[in-house]
Amino acid sequence: MSSPASTAARSQEYPAERPEERPEEYQEEHPHDHVQENSGGPASGRRRRPPVVAIAAVTVVALSVLSLGVGVAGVGPLDVFSPDAAQWEILRISRIPRLVALLLAGAAMAVAGLIMQRITGNRFVSPSTSGTVEAAVLGVIACAVLVPSAGLLPQIGFAIGAAVLGTIGFLCLLQTLRRADTLTVALVGMMYGGVLGAIGAYLAYQADLMQMLELWTTGAGSSLREGTYEPLYLVLAVGAIGYLFADRFTVVGMGEDVATNLGVKYRSVLYVGLVVVSMMAALVVVVVGAIPFLGLIVPNIVSMMLGDNVRRVLPITALAGAGFVVACDLLGRLVRYPYEVPFATIAGIIGAAVFIVLILRAARGDLR
Amino acid sequence: MTVATTRPVDDTAAVPVETDFERARRRRVRTGLLVLAAVAVAAVAIYQFWDLSNASSYALDLRRRQLLTLVIAGASCGVSAILFQTLAGSPLLTPGVMGFDALYVLLGTLIVLLFGSDTLAGMSPVTTTVMNAGALCVFGVLIFGLLLKVSGRNLVVMVLIGMVCSALFSSLGSFASRMLSPTDFLTVQDIMFASFSTADESVLMVTALLTAAAIACCIPLVRYLDLLNLGAERAIGLGLPDRVVVGSTLALITVLVASSTALVGPMTFLGLIVANVARQVVGTPRHGPLLLGALLVGAIATVLGQLLVSRVLDFAAPLSVVINLVGGAYFIFLLMRRVRL
Repeated sequence: MSSPASTAARSQEYPAERPEERPEEYQEEHPHDHVQENSGGPASGRRRRPPVVAIAAVTVVALSVLSLGVGVAGVGPLDVFSPDAAQWEILRISRIPRLVALLLAGAAMAVAGLIMQRITGNRFVSPSTSGTVEAAVLGVIACAVLVPSAGLLPQIGFAIGAAVLGTIGFLCLLQTLRRADTLTVALVGMMYGGVLGAIGAYLAYQADLMQMLELWTTGAGSSLREGTYEPLYLVLAVGAIGYLFADRFTVVGMGEDVATNLGVKYRSVLYVGLVVVSMMAALVVVVVGAIPFLGLIVPNIVSMMLGDNVRRVLPITALAGAGFVVACDLLGRLVRYPYEVPFATIAGIIGAAVFIVLILRAARGDLR
Repeated sequence: MTVATTRPVDDTAAVPVETDFERARRRRVRTGLLVLAAVAVAAVAIYQFWDLSNASSYALDLRRRQLLTLVIAGASCGVSAILFQTLAGSPLLTPGVMGFDALYVLLGTLIVLLFGSDTLAGMSPVTTTVMNAGALCVFGVLIFGLLLKVSGRNLVVMVLIGMVCSALFSSLGSFASRMLSPTDFLTVQDIMFASFSTADESVLMVTALLTAAAIACCIPLVRYLDLLNLGAERAIGLGLPDRVVVGSTLALITVLVASSTALVGPMTFLGLIVANVARQVVGTPRHGPLLLGALLVGAIATVLGQLLVSRVLDFAAPLSVVINLVGGAYFIFLLMRRVRL
């Protein structure tokens, strides 16, 4: 019952295992109980796409309207469509910023996970299981220690730098693993993240920042309002770059030799991917707070349904991530109304449960 | 296992003669344990009598209670780690890594959530500690028994699921604690973590008794655990009552985890460090000396660690943070070597 061993001889640069590339037409469809099943039979991918995108988009819009219409101030879901002046004020200052920030954060983490999984060719690599998020948190702590009066932008700068370094560290760690199957890589990544997290906790304790640490390590929506979330719009620009490079990421995932033979500049694409992922993770950590396991489970479930073509699944992955976070936040606001539970807690519970299922499937060998 | 001996064996001796090799090994184990015992006594003495001329009688009494806390927590942590390593068949897996302590915190929170703090405030701290340990026993045996079965003793899968379980339990725990009113939350804090600096005498006594009882219960199990070292299939083939042994060992582990977590809070990697150091020093896979060694190493680790934190680092970091830092790095090192990556 071990995970399938890699048979293909592969370059030392890139040891991680990846499933054989199969044309999409032959991709099996795995209906998954966490996502609405699409009604299409085993039709070709191209014909199946519109309904999925439409369903995902409609779901996200519906969730967004609900999200705007829930809260202590008197704005109900129906008032969202025709608010009076006072209601509009509440929407403008608090609820719309919160919604937009959550949508962007969810989409960013999901896409970052997808890109990481393609680059490393490993299904269980994601910002939260390879030290990227913990490194970003370390960066913010370092910024708070060195430049105590720093605003959002320097914090983001520090976080991005640290996240890039942390992720490079993880990739170096990967290269020392000679025989790395999916699960081992995930395990080493989680441990690595744990050590970075412990260093962060140590520094935060020293600098009396434990309460702030809680803020960065647990994503919560309650502090999001006008003037605190705007840097997240950067995610859109970074995401566009990610979309442009989508196919190159897939090729890079096949290893340095293959990529070079196909005329792709292996190193530069790798670093573009690194920077894209690190920027997304860092922005989300600083502005919203970390979201556990999101970057791992959403891309995996979407890939199970729609196959592995990055360019094709990237928009849906983004939508699914955004919808998931908004749904978690909605739950967190309703479960103890009028008090709130941070959405990261709920995402953590769902995410961990789904991840355990994925691990067991991988161990049985039907998800490589 | 009879060993071919070089000396002529007189036929009246039915017992196989001990070879020089075996005798040397036995001596090594004994020396290792003696050294550990000496170090433990020294550590305790240093902690108790540090800067004696300036210490008031109050300070000495406080130190005595702290020492008791540290020794109990360390000893139960070490013993439970060895037991779990044997069950899982790998030196990488300890209750802390598998999320036992997070489960303990979660259950404590749930108990307060169900009963309300008023009910609990009426009870003695002793009752609540025992109640928590009992709950952990039931759930721990259920969840981890299932895990041991499902993951089929595949090391990587076990560790990974354990870590994700840890994350899941702590998320659930924080979710449950958010559902509490502030007073209930304080109750949870009180019940879950006996404050280390002012350990409550009655709670201390109860946990000491629980721990001692649990460690005493290990003695009849030692033979079976030695058998488990051969691997589960072989052990069952040789007549090991698998279910009974695994079940009762898991139950003991949960009691020990409960007592150490209740005293010093969750320390994920303490058991891992202690158990592996004990294996190195004692140098035998036999559980009798090994458990004794782990008990001593655990006590040494917590007492020396706290000495380091209080006297050298001047309380710059809590013990748990220091241990997680060292232990996490050590775990990666072990993993790399183990999986021969």
